[in-house]
Amino acid sequence: MGILQHEITRRTVIVGTGGLVVSFSLGRAFAQAPATPPAPPAPPASLPGSLDDDRFLDSWIRIDPDNSVTVFTGKAELGQGIRTALLQVAAEELEVDPAEIEFVTADTGRTPNEGFTAGSQSMQNSGTAIRNAAAQVRALLLAEATKRFGVAVAELRAENKSVLAKDGRRVSYGELVSGQMLHVEAQPQSSLKQPGTFRVMGKPLPRVDIPAKVTGQPAYVHDLRLDGMLHARVVRPPSPAATLTELDQGAAERMPGVVSVMRDGNFLAVVAEKEFQAVSAMRALAAGARWQERDTLPDQTTLPAVLQGLEREVGTVAEAGALSSDGKVFEATYTRPYQIHGSIGPSCAVAQMKADGTLDVWSHTQGVFPDREAIAEMLAMPEEKVHVIHMEGSGCYGHNGADDAAADAALIASKIPGKPVRVQWMREQEHSWEPYGPAMLMKVSATLDDQGRIASWAYDLWSNTHSTRPGGAGALLAARHKAQAFQPEPAELRISPSGNGDRNANPLYTIPNKRVLWHFLPDMPLRVSALRALGGYANVFAIESTIDELALMAEVDPVEFRLSHMEDPRARAVIELAAERFGWDKAQMPRNRGRGFAFARYKNLAAYLAVAMEAEVEPETGRVRVARVVSAIDSGEIVNPDGIRNQTEGGILQSISWTLYEAVAFDRTRITSTDWSSYPILRFASVPDSVEVHIVDRPGEPFLGTGEAAQGPAAAAVANAIRNATGKRLYDLPFTRDRIRNAIGGA
Amino acid sequence: MSISLTVNGSPHQVDVDPATPLLYVLRDDLALNGAKYGCGLGQCGSCTVVMDGEAVLSCMVPVMLVEGREITTIEGLGTIDEPGPLQQAFIELQAAQCGYCIPGMMMSAHALLRRKPRPSDAEIREALTTNLCRCGTHMRILAAIRRAGELMQAASLPEADEGRAG
Amino acid sequence: MWALRVVIVCVAAIIVAAGAFFFLAWRSEIPEDASAAEATFAPELVGKGAQLAALGNCIACHTVPGKPAFSGGLGVPTPFGTIYSTNITPDRETGIGGWSEEAFQRAMNEGVDRRGSHLYPAFPYDHFTHVSAEDNRALYAFLMTRPAVKAEAPQNDLQFPLTYRPLLAAWKLAFFDRGELEPDTSQSEAWTRGRYLAEGLGHCGACHTPRNAFGAEDRDQYFGGGEAEGWQAYAINKDSKAPIPWDEQSLAFYLRNGWHEFHGVSRGPMTEVTGNLSGLPDSDIMAIATYVTSIMGDPTPERGQRAAQLREQFEGDYFEQAADSQSSPVSASGGSPGEAIYVAACASCHEGQRRQPFGGLNFDLSTAVNAPNPQNIVNVVLFGLPPADGEASAVMPAFRHLLSDQQVADVLTYMRERFSEEQPWAGLVELIANTRSGAHKVTIRPSDGIERAPHNVGAEEG
Repeated sequence: MGILQHEITRRTVIVGTGGLVVSFSLGRAFAQAPATPPAPPAPPASLPGSLDDDRFLDSWIRIDPDNSVTVFTGKAELGQGIRTALLQVAAEELEVDPAEIEFVTADTGRTPNEGFTAGSQSMQNSGTAIRNAAAQVRALLLAEATKRFGVAVAELRAENKSVLAKDGRRVSYGELVSGQMLHVEAQPQSSLKQPGTFRVMGKPLPRVDIPAKVTGQPAYVHDLRLDGMLHARVVRPPSPAATLTELDQGAAERMPGVVSVMRDGNFLAVVAEKEFQAVSAMRALAAGARWQERDTLPDQTTLPAVLQGLEREVGTVAEAGALSSDGKVFEATYTRPYQIHGSIGPSCAVAQMKADGTLDVWSHTQGVFPDREAIAEMLAMPEEKVHVIHMEGSGCYGHNGADDAAADAALIASKIPGKPVRVQWMREQEHSWEPYGPAMLMKVSATLDDQGRIASWAYDLWSNTHSTRPGGAGALLAARHKAQAFQPEPAELRISPSGNGDRNANPLYTIPNKRVLWHFLPDMPLRVSALRALGGYANVFAIESTIDELALMAEVDPVEFRLSHMEDPRARAVIELAAERFGWDKAQMPRNRGRGFAFARYKNLAAYLAVAMEAEVEPETGRVRVARVVSAIDSGEIVNPDGIRNQTEGGILQSISWTLYEAVAFDRTRITSTDWSSYPILRFASVPDSVEVHIVDRPGEPFLGTGEAAQGPAAAAVANAIRNATGKRLYDLPFTRDRIRNAIGGA
Repeated sequence: MSISLTVNGSPHQVDVDPATPLLYVLRDDLALNGAKYGCGLGQCGSCTVVMDGEAVLSCMVPVMLVEGREITTIEGLGTIDEPGPLQQAFIELQAAQCGYCIPGMMMSAHALLRRKPRPSDAEIREALTTNLCRCGTHMRILAAIRRAGELMQAASLPEADEGRAG
Repeated sequence: MWALRVVIVCVAAIIVAAGAFFFLAWRSEIPEDASAAEATFAPELVGKGAQLAALGNCIACHTVPGKPAFSGGLGVPTPFGTIYSTNITPDRETGIGGWSEEAFQRAMNEGVDRRGSHLYPAFPYDHFTHVSAEDNRALYAFLMTRPAVKAEAPQNDLQFPLTYRPLLAAWKLAFFDRGELEPDTSQSEAWTRGRYLAEGLGHCGACHTPRNAFGAEDRDQYFGGGEAEGWQAYAINKDSKAPIPWDEQSLAFYLRNGWHEFHGVSRGPMTEVTGNLSGLPDSDIMAIATYVTSIMGDPTPERGQRAAQLREQFEGDYFEQAADSQSSPVSASGGSPGEAIYVAACASCHEGQRRQPFGGLNFDLSTAVNAPNPQNIVNVVLFGLPPADGEASAVMPAFRHLLSDQQVADVLTYMRERFSEEQPWAGLVELIANTRSGAHKVTIRPSDGIERAPHNVGAEEG
């Protein structure tokens, strides 16, 4: 457990290394007065990726005299394989074997602050930063070696943690580094390795985390066991607006192993020596609590009206030309329900308030630095006294209960100093309290001109914000439930290039006249935040369903129709590749089978993904099963092709699950979908027969990220395949058996 | 109450409330990581272990019923240095994303492969009915289980050959 | 000579009897209609047929799970052997593609196939004979517009002489009342409609009425409880053991949703029934409930009193008390081995605060615990309630790999004693062993019922 218990502060790092000093850049926890760089007269040049925010090379790469190499990233492994991909990038540019690099991920005491690991941006931000930093470190080492050997740099090459001269002389990196050599600001330009010379990048390096996970090694924060660790459970209110009126905590206190029963306003917790003792005490405490509940939830059966009623502001996402209603018109209203992240392992965290007044928190948060800020505010502690260390959790898919569990552990640990406390949520707590992907309403009105081309496009979407992530304590449940409660920050409408609720709301197709509006709903009757792809899931579903209907109206094949409205050659390439590999030309569907196609460029600025699907519909039961999936993705230069494939397969299957089955259920007071029986997801019986992912490599092009690209297109492809199989268009997610049966009647 | 149980071939004595689910005894008392808490309701399969050759949901098994029975967890299938065939197959086919559900999947598969070394695709799906995966790793999990069957058969062939030779 | 005469008389008698029997048994072949499968039907008629087919639950027997709908081949176990359902898709060779509407009407009315062969009453024509010609027309339209599937059903596995189909004529003579139901003018329109649906296509009695030695429904014990696919179909007459008696509202809710707060979720073959009924309008569901509850009659005062207590206990805020759905009164374990198992393995869900259909039913409300035959509760303990594929449904884990036969018997004995006033069950261990081994065959289905995915397998078939 060594590394986990190790108290890492900058001081110990400095004391502990005789060689290259790691001096974290300004703003880092425990920063000492650094060798202050002269104040730049002009704004500094923009640096690649996250280097722009953390500009010193040694923030990213450390080389010790013993020739050990450590690489730091502010990004976290969320099950997406980012640790392996980033390691490949570092190993490539540093000319080091991946197995010889110690790789440190998100830790407020050690790594750069890269905000959240989200938005499929880790490769763009951290991958780019590490790649450039590594290339520049290699250049510095080579330059140093020219001095040692007295030869020109052309006579040298870096290889296997050493620099070799043509005459056979060799010097290790560890021997080359000295003093502040790497404590320099990065340059805007790096001399990156040419794709043709790659040893590690572009290859399917096996994921470094998998062997431990399949052999029962400690791999998750859930597996963290510290000496003297206690187990805690929280008792959450029965509904979002409930307040505690009465509490009999005697039964819980008397239970075996119980160390503490806590109440702070509406925040209730038990702490026990053993885990199941905590679970039993939690149940006893829950049974002893009386709550005043209020009807604050909307009527689920009238969701479109509810969403429209919450509108307070409208933002223009895109506008071009002038809308018209000439020609053939297609109008439709689509909806998407609230949906959960639903990690298989409920959220978990460990925290310890230490004797020196500092608090360690181990969490599977997506953002150790923002989480630290929020926890510090909740506990009225200075930020530098809070140390948040990322450890893996169960799959992430966005802003789930991770930060809240960290806050629970921190709040409980703050009340029993000295003791490490582990908190894990129960299944129904995760289902009931994690922030959901927001419900959305999308209205489209589009026209075709007499050449069968899209002439006009009006698109209106109604949605909450898709990000209520921490930063402030009000984002944390524990802080909201405390007696001295923090309020969530008011949500604001912001239109940005990468989008939020409006992500992918602007179709990438060539459309001369269009207007895209986000009708913004600041009030959140259900707690919502980021779920994989944000608004991109529902917007692409609506847009690509509409594109199919327009193709039908134009009597043009849907793939051809898309190509005829698409100029971007990379978009065309994935559309053509997916269609070709699927055999779109020849696919004749038998009865009750249909094929569907969809495309999107994630955020309109990241990965390109096209997907073709074959689905079977059983009219008697309404059951839909996707039988075959063929997709094509271009996410820039490939680092790990198998990683891209794995993420894309996963995105497709998860999106199929969302699309066919998933909706949060609630009455006017409580969330009622609190487990897997009331919130069904994909099971093996309905898994497709085959899922293909074809990758378009773009050597030398920027990394575009992969993780979320499939969510929208997969949903639309399911919808289009059902349309093709049954002749009926489905507008409301999810496509449950009831809805399918109702749509197709007895036909 | 003191209860004796056999896990991965080793006898253990634990002092717990007899109603404690086996899952908590494995994780808390025996410090094993393989079986995971997922729902505590017998709906997701992440706590699956094998008991007397059959897959059971350890979150639903009061430890008092385990006395005298043989329990296998993923730690019993091999080690990180010497992974067993099922583990090798999952590594080879990179059949994990977050990996949290995977040990449960593997234990369901282990019970199936014991009974049926070359299961059909339908039989594998059937055996995994109770196992949920949220990352969408299903295609790889199916492939890894088929691969594990092959690896196990390959591993047993040399023995059979020796048998014939002898 | 005398002997010869006797032989001649006997032979003559046999010939006469056989002739009479032949006359009785013989049904003409209806010529194949080559264009039948190509016929087109009004969509409204097909839509109505779809509803009726759902009511008749045709798909359940005429489909092997995982195979195309209505393509037959499902083995239906009977005391006389296994009968395989036929392919009723419009495939000309192996299905009913060559059947004219007349042939279809006759099959429904008389239990005779197109060629004139008598059908085994596993096909419930003793009920379907009540179906109106108009409804049969819609059913025919629905079936003839399904995708044609080439699929030959396996040969029936029956004891001789039951393989000789003309014998069925004698069965019909004894037990088959052909034709539409006699009107009962004393009853309401809803009751009459309910009787038509329940007695006809719905064929409730096929499972819920006990059968005699000849496999015919025993009309004297109408709705008195029967068996289907290894499950007990509970008595739904005055002998119903539901702790809170069914009424029109609760039964209609149950038939509509597959569960009721006071009765739990449907299981076994009933899940397909409730699953399929979702296609029927509310008025028809209500009509069935009206008719069936009229057969049940009013509960005795004692039953009514007990029910009132239970209602008071489980109505209102019982389920609103705690934040955690598994919070149950902390009960000390101990006592009998069965009690210890119950407390550790059952109580957290079954005495929890989670509402139906997702929480475990409190056994104070359980018909199963009060049933004369423990088969259903044994089935559920051993095999659980598998999750439905992609549908919200109750889920219960199977306990067969965890509990020994004796342990299951212990826990059931404890539950019978604690939650029921009925006599203890006898022969539990043997029944549990036979169920586990597959000697007693049980069909396991997820609770949404209309599951067609290939995981509805029985016991040890694996």
